[in-house]
Amino acid sequence: MWKWLHPYAKAQTAYRLCNTLLPYFAVVAVASIIIGWVWGLGFAPADYQQKDSYRIIFIHVPSAILSMGAYSSMAIAAFIALVWQLRNAELAVIAIAPVGAAMTLIALITGAAWGKPMWGAWWVWDARLTSELILLFLYLGVISLYNAFEDKGSAGRASCILALVGAINLPIIHFSVEWWNTLHQGATITKFDGGAIDASMFWPLMVNILAFAAFVGTVVLMRLKNEILLREKHRPWVKGLITNQTQLENQNVGDKNAV
Amino acid sequence: MNPRRKKRMMTVLAVVFGLGTAVALVLYALEGNINLFYTPTELVEGKGPEKQKPFVGQKLRIGGMVVPGSVQRDQDSLHVEFKLMDTGPTVKIIYQGILPDLFREGQGIVAQGKLIAPNTIEAFEVLAKHDEKYMPPEVAEAVKGIKHEKPVYNTVKGDS
Amino acid sequence: MQFNSFSDFISMGGYGFYVWLSFGSCALILLGIFLDSKLSHQRTLNAVSKQLEREARIKKAKQESK
Repeated sequence: MWKWLHPYAKAQTAYRLCNTLLPYFAVVAVASIIIGWVWGLGFAPADYQQKDSYRIIFIHVPSAILSMGAYSSMAIAAFIALVWQLRNAELAVIAIAPVGAAMTLIALITGAAWGKPMWGAWWVWDARLTSELILLFLYLGVISLYNAFEDKGSAGRASCILALVGAINLPIIHFSVEWWNTLHQGATITKFDGGAIDASMFWPLMVNILAFAAFVGTVVLMRLKNEILLREKHRPWVKGLITNQTQLENQNVGDKNAV
Repeated sequence: MNPRRKKRMMTVLAVVFGLGTAVALVLYALEGNINLFYTPTELVEGKGPEKQKPFVGQKLRIGGMVVPGSVQRDQDSLHVEFKLMDTGPTVKIIYQGILPDLFREGQGIVAQGKLIAPNTIEAFEVLAKHDEKYMPPEVAEAVKGIKHEKPVYNTVKGDS
Repeated sequence: MQFNSFSDFISMGGYGFYVWLSFGSCALILLGIFLDSKLSHQRTLNAVSKQLEREARIKKAKQESK
């Protein structure tokens, strides 16, 4: 049943797959970021209560969703890497971590810039905010564990274990607004209809969520390619790739010199 | 110990330490949330099965809805007084400072401060709470018939 | 368009500072992580090709010394 997947365990096939997928993700990301930002900033109506300050939602909610989405994918990859010993899954963990950390950072910064005018404080030690901050620490932990070991085999294993253990934080973030008395309000998008948000604001929000998802996909694929190359640098296919690349560059230099 | 191993150990220790601090912070924040959080009813009638009341001078957090018509602002200073309620009795809040933009009568707020009389709090921080609903002003008017305020404002979770 | 003029758009009904702070830092972080990934690809290629060159040199030197 899963046989069709087996070739992708091979680094070279995975590398080629990354190359095939990359342009699609990149095009969707660029197009939807432009549409989403212009729509959200210029064309969506102001909120009845929060006026134009609520426009921060168009980056705050997507980055927060993706910070958790990226962590889930990272934890799943870590699980696969630990159980099936798949090298590519381990590399995916390392590729996802910095991107997820960037998403978490955006969610925290935009949340602070939204909280100041509306709530009256940049930061409160509220369960939602605190657990999101811990998510950032988890990402940073995964990254620094991987960099701490010279032997990338054990480095990968250590990072995977932390990534997997840290997944316990995900339900805490999600349910924090229900379990505890938080200043942070409940979820706006609970079902796929956004009953709590008017359609004129819901659709630009959806475009922005798509934009952030496609962006995360693009950057993760780029980073995964790098990790595969680094790990496989002694393999003949990488050598072939590099030789081609250098030949191309030399040609370019030659062309320039000719002009 | 060779330097490589030392560096590795330092990082592992730093990660463990960082996560430990993080968990401690959460527990601390949540404890403050749970133990020191009162609604106006709980403040007046006592909290929990033992009907525990806070003592005068205690630092606490209180969450409730600003009673419409109760806000009194001082003409020349930032001094403001208002009443807070949830389902039962009201509590008086005294505050000196700039109120958040969402502070309105009928709005849910969370105040942090000191109990200076059995039902009066001197707050050093007033934060506005809002719900997860977003809509354009025209829709809000059509849906609610009024501007800005909702007839019944569900302010604070966990009243029970 | 929700705004009558460009200056209205910039001021965001008085919330301009917060809105532009958010979108500005968001754009910076997105650009930063993208550029880092892009540049690290070039760095990776360079590092690997340098290593391959060195290996080739060592191999050659060994053969000549024989």
